[in-house]
Amino acid sequence: MGPLLSFLASIGAVFLNGLAASGRMAIFTIRAISHCVRPPIYPRLILRQMIDIGYYSLPVVGLTALFTGMVLALQTFTGFASFAAESAVPTVVVLSVTRELGPVIAGLMVAGRIGAAIAAELGTMRVTDQIDALTTLSTNPYKYLVVPRVLAGTITLPALVLVADIIGVFGGFLVSSYRLRFNPAAYIQRTADFIQTNDVMAGLVKAAFFGFVVALMGCYFGYHSRGGAQGVGAATTYAVVSASILILLLDYVLTALLFVGR
Amino acid sequence: MNRETAPGTPKISVRGLKKSFGHKLVLDGIDLDIGVGESVVVIGGSGSGKSVLAKCILGLLPADAGSIKIDGEEMVGRSTSERERVMRKFGMLFQGAALFDSLPVWENVGFGLIQGHGVARREAKKVAIEKLASVGLGPEVGELRPAELSGGMQKRVALARAICAEPEIIIFDEPTTGLDPIMGDVINDLIIACVRQLGATAMSITHDMASARKIADRIAMIYKGRIIWSGPTPEIDRSGNPYVEQFIHGRAEGPIQMEVRAS
Repeated sequence: MGPLLSFLASIGAVFLNGLAASGRMAIFTIRAISHCVRPPIYPRLILRQMIDIGYYSLPVVGLTALFTGMVLALQTFTGFASFAAESAVPTVVVLSVTRELGPVIAGLMVAGRIGAAIAAELGTMRVTDQIDALTTLSTNPYKYLVVPRVLAGTITLPALVLVADIIGVFGGFLVSSYRLRFNPAAYIQRTADFIQTNDVMAGLVKAAFFGFVVALMGCYFGYHSRGGAQGVGAATTYAVVSASILILLLDYVLTALLFVGR
Repeated sequence: MNRETAPGTPKISVRGLKKSFGHKLVLDGIDLDIGVGESVVVIGGSGSGKSVLAKCILGLLPADAGSIKIDGEEMVGRSTSERERVMRKFGMLFQGAALFDSLPVWENVGFGLIQGHGVARREAKKVAIEKLASVGLGPEVGELRPAELSGGMQKRVALARAICAEPEIIIFDEPTTGLDPIMGDVINDLIIACVRQLGATAMSITHDMASARKIADRIAMIYKGRIIWSGPTPEIDRSGNPYVEQFIHGRAEGPIQMEVRAS
């Protein structure tokens, strides 16, 4: 085989591998969704995952949202002061946090915390034959491992984002009131005037998609991990990186669908 | 047990089973019958395809070609739900025990009853404690996590889990690997006792000849993806097969080693 042909062959192999990986991921997604709507469902496991994903992520998501709101108020103030438009700070903070920053920041933090944990747990179960053991004990691993995590991620992330929205707006309020000398009552009034139910709801819809993606990526890469500790480490990295990229990609698609042309 | 099948039908019948991973052919036309209540041990070197054979029989790996019949019922090419129904006949002891880290020991043992057979947790716990007792572990062990147990205790818990739902067929993958000789013998005795008590059909995979001689009614040797010898346990010492003789005596020199060097 000539050098040109082998170069083209290697490009073709990469392309085919990419297609095969996309196909595997699509089949995994369809299987996961189909098992979500077919019994048996394990409520006890879903609840446990909701506590893991939601309750235990509260501190990290809350802190991130608080500082994001605070920084946003500071940056908006310094930028808008050039146009004597400082009064727009409450509006910018509430719209940015509810529409965009709350869902994305919470999604990325949960991808790091939960996506990695799911991939590591399922990956370890795979390489130690625990997933095969489930099958031999008449238990479908999709139903027992994947469905509770995917459902819990989809249900829980909107609740987390709601909390992140409140804390993020509160962070902006704190900085504006105590550092930027805004009148607290006027700030709250302006926030209330500009907050829209649709904005909050759209943010929560985004969050549901992000929660689904984070849990799904963790499950997919963990479930298919190979090769001992190194394989589990690689699965964890792939899960976090792909969930983060998909969150940003989905964010654009959902923003275009939910906000543009409204 | 096996009421619906014709008399004389093997419990497990494997014909022409092939399995490859990429270009590597691991099983190259396996033929093996295991009768009802029989205990067959498959011996062979590392990488000879023993574990792959067990995983194909269990449906954990899809066969590329050939036939696997359980009680005369073809398994190759069947849907997941049909395989799940037949899987209820199986119990499996994994090489590394494969206990669920997140669950206490008793729940590991009773897992198949709770999830697979819909038994209430309280009832399953009672059965699990009984099964733990049958492998020589007290009820206090039931409350521990698998990570708190020694390797021998983990194997015993895994054995209790494999027999808990009283399966018709039990597959043991390297049951004594990684254990000291005394604990290995304890596990062998427990396997014999459990299989006899249940009247189950057993297929074991091992390269531990002491274990194979003790638990097998019949021994089959796998080499390069094929069964090269099969016969009653006492006959293995006069098999006349150079591969078998080299393996059972653990000699470095012989046809197996020469071919390893050649490749």
